[in-house]
Amino acid sequence: MIALKGITKRFGEHTVLDGIDLSLERGEIIVVIGPSGTGKSTLLRCVNFLERPDAGQLTVGDLSVDAARATSDDILGLRRRTAFVFQNYALFAHKTALENIAERMIVVEGLSKAEAHARAREILERIGLADKADAYPAALSGGQQQRIGIGRAMAAKAEVILFDEPTSALDPEWVEEVLALMKQLAAEQQTMIVVTHEMQFAREVADQVVFMDGGRIVEQAPPSELFTHPRDERTRSFLRKVLAGNAPSDA
Amino acid sequence: MQALNLDYMVGLVPVLLGYLPLTLGMAAAGMVCALMLSCLLAVVRVSRLPVLDQAAQLFISFFRGTPLLVQLFLFYYGLPQFLSFLVSINGVTATIMGLTLHFSAYMAESIRAAITGIDRSQTEAAQSIGMTNAQTMRRIILPQATRVATPTLMNYFIDMIKSTSLAFTLGVTELMGATQKEAASSFLYFEAFLVVAVIYWIIVEALSWCQKRLEKRLNRAYQR
Ligand SMILES: Nc1ncnc2c1ncn2[C@@H]1O[C@H](COP(=O)(O)OP(=O)(O)O)[C@@H](O)[C@H]1O
Ligand SMILES: [Mg+2]
Repeated sequence: MIALKGITKRFGEHTVLDGIDLSLERGEIIVVIGPSGTGKSTLLRCVNFLERPDAGQLTVGDLSVDAARATSDDILGLRRRTAFVFQNYALFAHKTALENIAERMIVVEGLSKAEAHARAREILERIGLADKADAYPAALSGGQQQRIGIGRAMAAKAEVILFDEPTSALDPEWVEEVLALMKQLAAEQQTMIVVTHEMQFAREVADQVVFMDGGRIVEQAPPSELFTHPRDERTRSFLRKVLAGNAPSDA
Repeated sequence: MQALNLDYMVGLVPVLLGYLPLTLGMAAAGMVCALMLSCLLAVVRVSRLPVLDQAAQLFISFFRGTPLLVQLFLFYYGLPQFLSFLVSINGVTATIMGLTLHFSAYMAESIRAAITGIDRSQTEAAQSIGMTNAQTMRRIILPQATRVATPTLMNYFIDMIKSTSLAFTLGVTELMGATQKEAASSFLYFEAFLVVAVIYWIIVEALSWCQKRLEKRLNRAYQR
């Protein structure tokens, strides 16, 4: 189980997250939507302390951490129970696809290189990139890089995978293959929090959709409800804008 | 103008090559020690460790700010005056020490620049999979920084090989010292120094060739 309570984050004077509460059951998928600059990335980054929250309580699996008093062991513990998929993939540039996926198993789990590589190969099979095992990131397309990024997250067997706009940096031609992989994970009951502008994906896959604005959760509901009967005017206006831009895929 | 004494020059080559192992040995030892020290200095500087960072800055400033020859004299002739255990320091050891300290100051700055130039997302990706700061540095940042810094470090190595010639001022008979002696006994100064110049030149060219091959290898991961 994942629970966030009262997560607050300021950058100087600017309060970017203003007391966020959110919880997920195992296997649940939450999609977070909202205007840019509203704190969605910061929220995900706070869950694994890529940003340090100023206040709040974080629970991931059996670990519960008071953000204001988090020790370095707490932070490492949270990071080892979560996995992150970055907008710009952030693959290790000097490592092959296989090594990118195996890295965590070697360094964090202490598996032998042979064992880690064998398991990484299984993951490459699952993400359909077995033939790219020895390719370096620079030689892969954006879509392939992001699938490796997701494979690296899968290798963590994390309580939750955090996706920060995983398709936003991709050329349109690669978006579908990445979304397809995420749907595959959803079908395997992987717990995830996904920040995205892909409304069709949210409709199909999310258990809950969260609309954020100005550092707060404005509205949270299952997609069938949030997309058809948004309660708050800010949600309505955001959806009007986004869906107008997305018209073809929603037709 | 009289003609070059070619026979003398050809005969001198094998004599001087006998001193090549000492020259290359001093450079290799200096380079290995300088690499270790400069990595340490760079990591101290990048992590901004209090006190140690200031100490590293002072060290770097001094060894970059004074001539290598002055530093060598300071170690070889100056220090034993105060540190009695150094009385027995020989010219070779003093040279290796001087090269190490002098070049590590320069190399630390290149390594530091290479480290800080690695994209922040690499660190975040490593942290996100639960790597500690030390693991991140060792497995992700330093290998990538190595690639960036290698061409510069190779240039320092080349420079270091040439700088070993200063050891002759501490009475070490290495390549340069041997040439000096040979020239003084034959009076064929031009011939002798021309031969040694060409020997240094060939070594440096050979190294430049290795440098290009090494860079190609290191860039393998970055080819599209
Ligand atoms: N490291 C930072 N320092 C200062 N301000 C930041 C930093 N990161 C994000 N911000 C600010 O926080 C706000 C929320 O950013 P972000 O979480 O990236 O929004 P979103 O992902 O919803 O677009 C923005 O105003 C952004 O400028
Ligand atoms: Mg964002």
